[in-house]
Amino acid sequence: MLPLDFPRWKIWATWATIVICCLFSVPSFIPKEQTAGWPAIFQTRFNLGLDLSGGSHILLEADTADVAKSRLEQMDQIVRTEMRRGDPKIDIGEVSLQNGSLSFMVRDVTKVDAAVERLRAQTRGVGVTGQRDWDIRVQDSNRVVVTPTKAGIDQATDEALDTARDVVRKRIDPDGTKEVTVIRQGSNRIVVQVPGLQDPEGLKALLGKTAKLEFKLVDLNADPAQVAQGRAPVGSQVLPMVEGGFIAVKRQVMVSGDELTDAYQSLDENGAPDVVIKFNGQGGRKFARVTQENVQKPFAIILDNQVLSAPNINEPILGGTASISGNYTVDSANQLAIQLRSGKLPVALKVVQESTVGPDLGADSIRKGVIAGTVATLAVVLFMMITYMRFGVYTTAALVVNGFMILGIMAIFNATLTLPGIAGFVLTIGAAVDANVLINERIREEQAKGRAPMQASEFGYKEASRAIFDANITNVISAVIMFTFGSGPIRGFAVVLAIGIVTSVFTGVTFTRLLVAGWLKRNRPKEIVI
Amino acid sequence: MRPLKLVPDNTNIPFLKYRNVAMSFSILLIVASLALVAIRGFNLGIDFVGGQMVRVTFAQPVGIEDLRAKIDTLGQGEATIQQFSPNEVSIRTQLPDGGEAAANEAASGIRSVVQKAYPGAKFGEVESVSGQVSKELFSSGAWALGLAMLGIALYIWFRFEWQFGIGALFALFHDVALTLGFFALTQLEFDLNVVAAVLTIIGYSLNDTIVVYDRIRENLRKYRKMDIYSLLDLSINETLSRTVVTSLSLIIALTVLLVLGPDVIFGFTAAMLLGIGIGTFSSVYVSAAILLWLKLGPDSFVPAGDDKGGNKGGERTAPRAADPNQGAVP
Repeated sequence: MLPLDFPRWKIWATWATIVICCLFSVPSFIPKEQTAGWPAIFQTRFNLGLDLSGGSHILLEADTADVAKSRLEQMDQIVRTEMRRGDPKIDIGEVSLQNGSLSFMVRDVTKVDAAVERLRAQTRGVGVTGQRDWDIRVQDSNRVVVTPTKAGIDQATDEALDTARDVVRKRIDPDGTKEVTVIRQGSNRIVVQVPGLQDPEGLKALLGKTAKLEFKLVDLNADPAQVAQGRAPVGSQVLPMVEGGFIAVKRQVMVSGDELTDAYQSLDENGAPDVVIKFNGQGGRKFARVTQENVQKPFAIILDNQVLSAPNINEPILGGTASISGNYTVDSANQLAIQLRSGKLPVALKVVQESTVGPDLGADSIRKGVIAGTVATLAVVLFMMITYMRFGVYTTAALVVNGFMILGIMAIFNATLTLPGIAGFVLTIGAAVDANVLINERIREEQAKGRAPMQASEFGYKEASRAIFDANITNVISAVIMFTFGSGPIRGFAVVLAIGIVTSVFTGVTFTRLLVAGWLKRNRPKEIVI
Repeated sequence: MRPLKLVPDNTNIPFLKYRNVAMSFSILLIVASLALVAIRGFNLGIDFVGGQMVRVTFAQPVGIEDLRAKIDTLGQGEATIQQFSPNEVSIRTQLPDGGEAAANEAASGIRSVVQKAYPGAKFGEVESVSGQVSKELFSSGAWALGLAMLGIALYIWFRFEWQFGIGALFALFHDVALTLGFFALTQLEFDLNVVAAVLTIIGYSLNDTIVVYDRIRENLRKYRKMDIYSLLDLSINETLSRTVVTSLSLIIALTVLLVLGPDVIFGFTAAMLLGIGIGTFSSVYVSAAILLWLKLGPDSFVPAGDDKGGNKGGERTAPRAADPNQGAVP
């Protein structure tokens, strides 16, 4: 088929593709408040990276050794309870945690197999390979060695990170209204992005710690003078209070924070703000028993060894739901509820990368970038027009359409435009210019050889397409490799490049060819001024 | 009104006559660049070495020495202070040993010192990268760059001939080396954004190289009897107008970005502008000239046995007689 031969369906398909892609870019230019009521399909927008819009980007890394360690401690617990509780009871000794393995000695050699059997029931399969999460072996005939398998640790880490991600999100955005991004990256990292955040110190403080929530009874027998000096009676400990001062609490944990299922701000019968807490079945039973025995005594709510609040137990709480009242405002009650709810991070997270761009700098970059981009485009357009006249106009049309198509497709995929992304944008615009230059130069050349306009154009498109194709395939290759192996900024570049290559070939070759073919058919010029 | 023609029709510049001079010049530049990289090294951004960076805008112009003295009181090792405008600077320091708590303390230390000494100072950007992450960023960047170059060379080998693949790879190496040399020379900050710029330069340069190669391939099939020198010169001349127009439009666009664009992309745009120059030069001299040394011959695309059939084809021999470039053949 000749390059300038355009069947009707192809004309329609080309225009439809252009119009649809460009339309998808439109919502991105309209403030979010205005598009809020529109149907979801018209809400497509590309996002601005934090380097452009301002905000905080924090990369958190989980301590995987921590996961392995706490798993081993859990296994220690399991071993002890299983051997003691099971029937018959198996006597064990010399329990040791060494080199990442747990080992113990079974005193009665005949019971070794039973012990192994009992433990094996506590392990579970990982993945589809049939591998278990723990490896159990017998050494020296009566020593059982329990070692976590790599698959087991990986799975535990994976689960811990999923939980950690949810906890982090809950802490940063308890109401789910902010535009924060909390996603996992790789096997042991979590990326947190908060647009518009200026000072990430508070955020980091919120994330950095492994919160541990406990409920303990207040030790009323402690001497206040002794407590002020940091000395507590036997079986108690002195902890700082959030509002200042110290308090003595019993060492024994009444209910642990793991058993808390919900906490929210509410109003008591007098209309004063309070905090309602709910426990799961086991926690509820424990709470009921302790409160029955300790009516009219205070208990302490302890987060990370700091006493948040020490309310009085007014009555036994049997249903697993309690309300904490005190001198709360709506805000402070809410604050406490969030702290209680955000729970415990299953693994310690540390900040390994942080980047905050102030909104002024971001806005300034965008404003200057838009001005410079517009002027640069106009300059290139002018240059194209005086160089190629009518064909320069077609090139211009292709460039403008290309720009909007890239943004439209980015909006469809909800992609993020970053500073390196703009570099990719520049590269593809360059490629689109080049494709047209190649074609136009070739048409010039063919016409100089004495070909008629129609034939010259046909040859121009046909011969130039080969180089355009090869050049763009190589760009696709590098885009794919960069996306696969590169990190953050390089990926941002690769995404725009990949989209831009497709659209620039489409607009630079197909779209301009459509325009040229239409003009040639309508006017049948004797010579192309090019 | 006639369209603008920057390059007259039928130019006949004997580019390859100067290939030895140009190649020596190129090799000299590559060696100089690598030496610069080895001796001076890069002003690596914290993306690659770890550390922290804050960017501050002051209410009034400040003296750098004055500021440095104040930062030094924190005892966090040497701070690198870079001035963008009289009242805008960036302060870079190493991340202190001793984990996250120490790092947080150090960061807030700088903030409070600056805020106390210069009321009204605003923090535009705060960045910190740990050593572990910076190592990963560095290696992933290097891998991406290296593999992309290799993948491209393989594709060109597959689409053209092995000589072209090696030629393109060498041209890319030339461009990357010179760009890196430029960063070692100017000590502009080298961070992940610059890697994106280097990738863009590779993209442009490759585009240029492929256009010239495509024409060489086409001419090799067309003009079976032409000697290889003239054929390469002819191909470069035929594509010269396109090379000039494309490069010029990019230079126009980039110059505008350099002057009017946000200063966060200054280093980036400067690198690209330089890269366009290097890339254009390399596709004309380096990538075409290397084909000569790799003994590219008229038989590279069409095996010699095809000759009889080929000569009957109209395009293969006929245009030579009428071609104005005939004069180029010695």
